[in-house]
Amino acid sequence: MTSVLDIDALIGDPQTRIIVCCGAGGVGKTTTAAALGLRAAESGRRVVVLTIDPARRLAQSLGLTTLDNTPRPVRDIDDTRGGALDAMMLDMKRTFDEVVQAHAAPDKAEQILANPFYQAVSSSFSGTQEYMAMEKLGQLSLEARRDPDNPRWDLIVVDTPPSRSALDFLDAPKRLGSFLDGRLIRLLSAPAKVGGRAYLKVFSAGVNIVTTTLTKVLGGQMLSDVQTFVAALDTMFGGFRKRADHTYALLSDHSTAFIVVAAPERDALREASFFVDRLAEEEMPLAGLVINRVYRVSAPNLSAARALSAAEQLGDEQGGSSSEGPPGVFDSSVITAGLLRMHAVQAEIAARHQALARRLIAGHPGIPMVEVPAASGDIHDLVGLRTVGDALAGH
Amino acid sequence: MAPEAESARDTDWDGVRLHIVTGKGGTGKTTVAAALALALAGAGRRVLLVEVEGRQGISQTFDVAPLASSETRIAHAARGGEVFGLSVDAKTALLEYLHIFYKLGRAGGLLEKFGAIDFATTIAPGVRDVLLIGKVYEAVRRRKNHKAKGPGAIPAYDAVVLDAPPTGRVVRFLNVNHEVADLARVGPIRSQADSITAMLKSPQTAIHLVTLLEEMPVQETVDTIAELRAIGMPIGGVIVNQMREEILTLEVLEAATRAAISRADVAADLSRVHVRPTDALVDGLLTEARDHAERVALERDEAKVIAALGRPTYRLPSLSEGVDANGIREMAETLVGEGMA
Repeated sequence: MTSVLDIDALIGDPQTRIIVCCGAGGVGKTTTAAALGLRAAESGRRVVVLTIDPARRLAQSLGLTTLDNTPRPVRDIDDTRGGALDAMMLDMKRTFDEVVQAHAAPDKAEQILANPFYQAVSSSFSGTQEYMAMEKLGQLSLEARRDPDNPRWDLIVVDTPPSRSALDFLDAPKRLGSFLDGRLIRLLSAPAKVGGRAYLKVFSAGVNIVTTTLTKVLGGQMLSDVQTFVAALDTMFGGFRKRADHTYALLSDHSTAFIVVAAPERDALREASFFVDRLAEEEMPLAGLVINRVYRVSAPNLSAARALSAAEQLGDEQGGSSSEGPPGVFDSSVITAGLLRMHAVQAEIAARHQALARRLIAGHPGIPMVEVPAASGDIHDLVGLRTVGDALAGH
Repeated sequence: MAPEAESARDTDWDGVRLHIVTGKGGTGKTTVAAALALALAGAGRRVLLVEVEGRQGISQTFDVAPLASSETRIAHAARGGEVFGLSVDAKTALLEYLHIFYKLGRAGGLLEKFGAIDFATTIAPGVRDVLLIGKVYEAVRRRKNHKAKGPGAIPAYDAVVLDAPPTGRVVRFLNVNHEVADLARVGPIRSQADSITAMLKSPQTAIHLVTLLEEMPVQETVDTIAELRAIGMPIGGVIVNQMREEILTLEVLEAATRAAISRADVAADLSRVHVRPTDALVDGLLTEARDHAERVALERDEAKVIAALGRPTYRLPSLSEGVDANGIREMAETLVGEGMA
């Protein structure tokens, strides 16, 4: 029933040009993206990894010390197969600024960049990160193919923002579209026109209520900032939309592969389930599921129950001789009983993880999957990433 | 409200009425928030548990129907205590706000039609957060009797617990004043943000952080505490979740690390209790012990980092059965026992 996600086949296929890793926060998405990128590069591909918000030490291991929105080569990788690895961290504000500069006339661009409303939108609007991650993906994809004979990259690996809204980018073109086409925008950008006589009286009464209410709620000064912003943006709306549509098409293309990352916990699996359904709904190319940090025992043939009863027997034995004094710390049967009890606890965790993973598979039959065993420590160097890469590939 | 219960117990957070719970994704902040709400509801109190990201984490934790935008009772606690749940959504909060402050009936619908509600709740930066915490602010200040004012008035809830956004986003979320500062220098959004900030910074509020004994969650806890401190927000306690039971003594752990446990002895012990000591089994057990020792050593390092923060710290054991409604009650008892509620 379960099919295995063949990572090496995926990254080895020259047709695979984009890999998007998505999943809930805290499941190891960034690590997975970095490990995939490294493995692909060391197998000979020219890779760029776009990370959103990497843990400090992981970022350092990739040579990412500054958030400067520029892909930089990762040192010390094995390039004997002709591959290369670049990595970058997304700078959301700078990406937004670049979009404005690319699409608006220079004087307009300046006006937009200086607008307080724009400044707030570009640095804190919930959702900007999702939009900008996809915008950056679009840019990287263009950059990759600028010179078809000698492409800078042939594989882009993207990490998505750590939030429930990580798939919001799927809605970005639609949301942006309906916002830009919306009556509110027309109202804000040209209040005089809308209130004009060409409109029905009922409609204009509505407009009045809307503008009055907006003024009440937002305050007059904020409303006028918004109006200036919208008016200035007007000139670049077309470019904005075209780009969003282009990115959406890029994502649904067969050269893109989505990988949903999960961890064996109820909440994370529930989110993974949500992601899988959402991608199916949008007909996005889902390559498979990675279940990260699955606990495994090294002595899988000894069940928790058997280990516990054996530990108890050893304990009884010990109890019998304890009248002669406390058992020595290095008394072997105390140690062995301890090992068995520890094994029982770990075997139970492992069994729980297996059960959770099985339930996810049962709910989504036929989706290729791979499990990555839990490491005993955090991963923050290339060696650790290679180990994760091996595990992803099923070794 | 049970006044006689008020003096019965001293807790670390007497006087706090708004408990904000945050933590890195995957640390179990929603379950801890739920357990804290139950713990606070003991001794006959009324507690409201609020979520703001529409994840329905509360209803799933308590195994009840999905929460709507009205407050619903989701659990009973000791001596008539009650926990209510609420999933705040920015749209409803805005319409409610407009209704209360501007008596808007028809305009609400019109605003919706024009896309103004979507605009204000998703696109206008900061406004969304002001609306979401605004609802929490209203719940904390609400009185049982609407007309009653002043110190004698009885609050509708004895405590409010907010399942806040994760550490990566919580500072921006709570720092509403800063978020709207450039945009709304005057006006209603600004004054609402000012009142919210005043409450958040008052001794009525405590921001608790949930972590695991792992490097990244601990690092985020340390960073978030520093950032919250910098903007003058009151830091509460640190809750270390999913603590592993200590099974092996330090000496055994050290021996495992040094590979000093005798394979022959272990094999002989296993044979005696009729477990066939294959090489694979003995090696497996010793490998597990070594990995375990490595993890324990890392956990001890992280525990030191947490101790250095100097905040009241609470430890919640890992629940072997997973977290269900009973598990939450067990966690609540532990928190009461440790003096958090």
